[in-house]
Amino acid sequence: MQSSAVNESQVVIDSQQESGHHGHPDHRMFGIILFLISDSMTFLGFFTAFLIYRAIMPVWPPEGTPELELLVPIINTVVLVASSFVMHKGQVALKKNDIKGLQLWFGITAVMGVAFLLGQSYEYFNAEFGLTTNLFASCFYALTGFHGLHVTVGVLLILSVLWRSRTEGHYSSSSHFGVEAAEIYWHFVDVIWLVLFILVYLLQMS
Amino acid sequence: MNIPSNILTLILGVALTLISLWYGQNHGLMPVAASQEASEVDGLFNLMMTIATGLFLIVEGAIVYSVIKFRRKEGDLTDGPPIEGNVPLEILWTAIPTVIVFILAIYSFEVYNTMGGLDPMASHDHQQMMAEETMESSQLLAMDNSRLALGLGQSPEGEQTPPLEVNVNGIQYAWIFNYPETGTVSGELHVPVDRPVKLNMTAGDVLHAFWLPEFRIKQDVIPGRESLLTFTPTRTGQYPVICAELCGAYHGGMKTTITVHSTEDYQQWIQDNTFAQVETDGDVALIGDR
Amino acid sequence: MEQVHPQRKWQDYFGFSTDHKVIGVQYLVTAFFFYLVGGAMAEVMRTELATPDPDLVQPEFYNQLMTMHGSIMLFLWIIPAGAAFANYLIPLMIGTDDMAFPRLNAIAFWIIPPGGIFFLCSFFVGAPQAGWTSYPPLSLVSGVWGEEIWILSVLLLGLSSMLGAFNFVTTILKMRMPDMDIHSMPLFCWSMLATSALVILGTPVLAAALILLSFDLIAGTAFFNPAGGGDPIVYQHMFWFYSHPAVYIMVLPFFGVISEVLPVHARKPIFGYRAIAYSGLAISFLGLIVWAHHMFSSGTPGWLRMFFMATTMIIAVPTGIKVFSWCATIWGGKISLNSSMLFALGFLSSFLIGGLSGVMVASVPFDLHVHDTYFVVAHFHYVLFGGSVFALFAGVYHWFPKMSGKMVNETLGRIHFILTFVGFNLTFLPMHPLGLQGMNRRIALYDPKFQAMNELVTIGSYILAVSTFPFLINIFWSLWKGKKAPRNPWRALTLEWQTSSPPIIENFEEEPVLWAGPYDYGIDTESVDGDEEVDDMLAEVAGSS
Repeated sequence: MQSSAVNESQVVIDSQQESGHHGHPDHRMFGIILFLISDSMTFLGFFTAFLIYRAIMPVWPPEGTPELELLVPIINTVVLVASSFVMHKGQVALKKNDIKGLQLWFGITAVMGVAFLLGQSYEYFNAEFGLTTNLFASCFYALTGFHGLHVTVGVLLILSVLWRSRTEGHYSSSSHFGVEAAEIYWHFVDVIWLVLFILVYLLQMS
Repeated sequence: MNIPSNILTLILGVALTLISLWYGQNHGLMPVAASQEASEVDGLFNLMMTIATGLFLIVEGAIVYSVIKFRRKEGDLTDGPPIEGNVPLEILWTAIPTVIVFILAIYSFEVYNTMGGLDPMASHDHQQMMAEETMESSQLLAMDNSRLALGLGQSPEGEQTPPLEVNVNGIQYAWIFNYPETGTVSGELHVPVDRPVKLNMTAGDVLHAFWLPEFRIKQDVIPGRESLLTFTPTRTGQYPVICAELCGAYHGGMKTTITVHSTEDYQQWIQDNTFAQVETDGDVALIGDR
Repeated sequence: MEQVHPQRKWQDYFGFSTDHKVIGVQYLVTAFFFYLVGGAMAEVMRTELATPDPDLVQPEFYNQLMTMHGSIMLFLWIIPAGAAFANYLIPLMIGTDDMAFPRLNAIAFWIIPPGGIFFLCSFFVGAPQAGWTSYPPLSLVSGVWGEEIWILSVLLLGLSSMLGAFNFVTTILKMRMPDMDIHSMPLFCWSMLATSALVILGTPVLAAALILLSFDLIAGTAFFNPAGGGDPIVYQHMFWFYSHPAVYIMVLPFFGVISEVLPVHARKPIFGYRAIAYSGLAISFLGLIVWAHHMFSSGTPGWLRMFFMATTMIIAVPTGIKVFSWCATIWGGKISLNSSMLFALGFLSSFLIGGLSGVMVASVPFDLHVHDTYFVVAHFHYVLFGGSVFALFAGVYHWFPKMSGKMVNETLGRIHFILTFVGFNLTFLPMHPLGLQGMNRRIALYDPKFQAMNELVTIGSYILAVSTFPFLINIFWSLWKGKKAPRNPWRALTLEWQTSSPPIIENFEEEPVLWAGPYDYGIDTESVDGDEEVDDMLAEVAGSS
């Protein structure tokens, strides 16, 4: 009984084979979904603030805001959206007990995620405005930065799945919580990006 | 449910109503009412006090009665009657509060409308005023175009006397009043009785709130934005002006007075202070500090 | 029989444990510590306010105390205290052995003590002084580091309450014992569902607001700073989108506690189980669409003020349903006036006043008069002290035998109640007329005409302070010398009373038996197919064992 601390089910992201103690069914996926609902509220907060600024400021973006370069973000969008599909192939492979396939597709997803982050950094370094230039610039950095943080966490999750998958039998067609959690999180980050892309980039075009 | 005999219920109900009605009118909790708005709000508050007194007596009465009447005897280990609900009763006590809040909401809406809170013209006045004034920041001016008026505008009722306009600036920890008609600047607000007063308010540093307890009105004063407050004083005298939004360490000291003059006295005051402009200018901030 | 099963040792309560009962007690004790800290600050403030001049402390320091008092009482006392009961009770009430994510649960708790101490450390760099609302621009110009510590601590504590909420929802929805459908679980679980929904949906928005505020503070952006083109009103909207629901986060768990305590000590079924359960959810939903009633006098246009007035007033309906149902529960019962019941009745009568003044301040024209005055201070103390804290003490007296295995001293408990009730009303009742007469809140210096009333309030607050002593003596004395508590001292029906006091590790010696609804008092619960153990328990509840 003293070992109960070790015995009990793992914290959300952790993907022990053991799914809780005393044969409780595994509720971690449910927990992940609650977390994502909560996290989406954070973004909702940011997006709403952004939309309110947009609505109440007559000149938006404020005068003197340089045009946003669209090429890199469009490439980024394509990369991120594509990576969601690539990642799904990894999960499908796992369902067939194909660990090599899982590693391949997740590996590609991680590379694509890093590519996205590099593209984002490129944009930051080449932007003609800084964090404090004006309200739009501040919003731009806060929103993309907070999203970038999520992408970084996602990449780390994928890498940790890859790391764990080296252990024989860690993941299988019947035990794949870590893989599913990483995937649903990645899709979530992807959807957030699409909303963000429309709000921050496309809506400024008109 | 152990319902007492009908007559007893009736007597209790009548007593309850009478007590509530009496207390609703005689609570004496509000300061004097010095404006039209104040009497409106007091009417609303009296109604709310009447209802609140009634509900308070019913619920507290039920609790006290239960505690006295329904006590467990020593050694009695049986349970009370297994009543798990009573649908008609539950519908009743859902319906009654619904009706009460409906009435209160309608009444509040009426009062608020009478106070000018929904005055659609206010925003227009406000923009013109902004355009005429010295808003160097074009951003600020434009910013307000799409906004509705904040605060209380002209009441839709009654004759529309052109209001006395005063520009108010709130700074840590003083109010500065500027009379655009005469160019008077003062640290105290002086207004004539029975004429609408319209305050165009903004803040110089942080949020403040302009509160006149005897007039029952309050509006936050926001840096970079204009808000307005329109009211009609009905009672001469001197009343406090209080900042009601935390604005720093000496927030509690940020107060001044509003003096409601008779029309003649007000003219006199304007004359005195327009000539004395040069001297008062420097002292303005100090007056507010007192 | 209890000796066979492993019990917690006292040392376990001081370390990292994943046992929900240990965590629950840890939450409660930690929260109570911060209650004493926040209370001490309130006493300094009240002493300062005994005279109109700022003569005891500097006004800057007064504002620091006021900010810290509010933030501590909300984020480190009432919210964690609600989580304390939730942690301790949910698995026991639904007949399972632990939370869904025990380790996450432990992490959620262990964020709080360092977070709270970090928060208190802000006094070394000049504590925040912009009030617990931290409205910009004031919060941006009154000391950077105090404010930043405030932001970081609130983010940490918010994270803690979110982790807790994930756990509560998952546990309640997924881990009930097989026979317990959602309409036969105790009402406390319902209230925690409603609470957790608000935490999950509201807290992240506060986090977003505080992150942006932090940018303004540290990086020099101007999201909320009008000087740089930003808008302070946007902050207010984001802040209150969380912080109004936060009021329900603070009171709903204690509604649940009351729904548990009243039926047991009145020996009657709860009146209108479904009405109480669903009105909690209704409050939770409505709570998400009323936030701007904190901003009636702020930058809110007239039509929006009317909208939020309407939604706010509607909340009176589900709240009324609850209050009436509780009154009907005790009506006709067989009431034992023990400490727990006294506090529960104290809750009913005080919360009623908070509810009535709540409907009043929902009315825009009236709120324009009383907003940011002592009337509002009185209102929310009637809700949060008269409501939450009274119910909290009712819960402590009710479950102390379960948690500790010892009975409390009833005499001391009654003294505690009387002092608290008198002190509380003496402190907060006079604040209503003070506010109406023109005393604004958050001030270190005030008009001398209010002095008499303020002296009364200060005396009341001292009585309130004194009331803590009988409680503390009672707790320590009972732990040390108290009478040993039986499994089910109140002859209650909910499942936590089917195990030993204190419960063994992993809660139940054998699977609990759901032989009655949680509130089936007085209902003929004939033995289920002659099971001997069930008969024993029946006899226990009937008091004939």
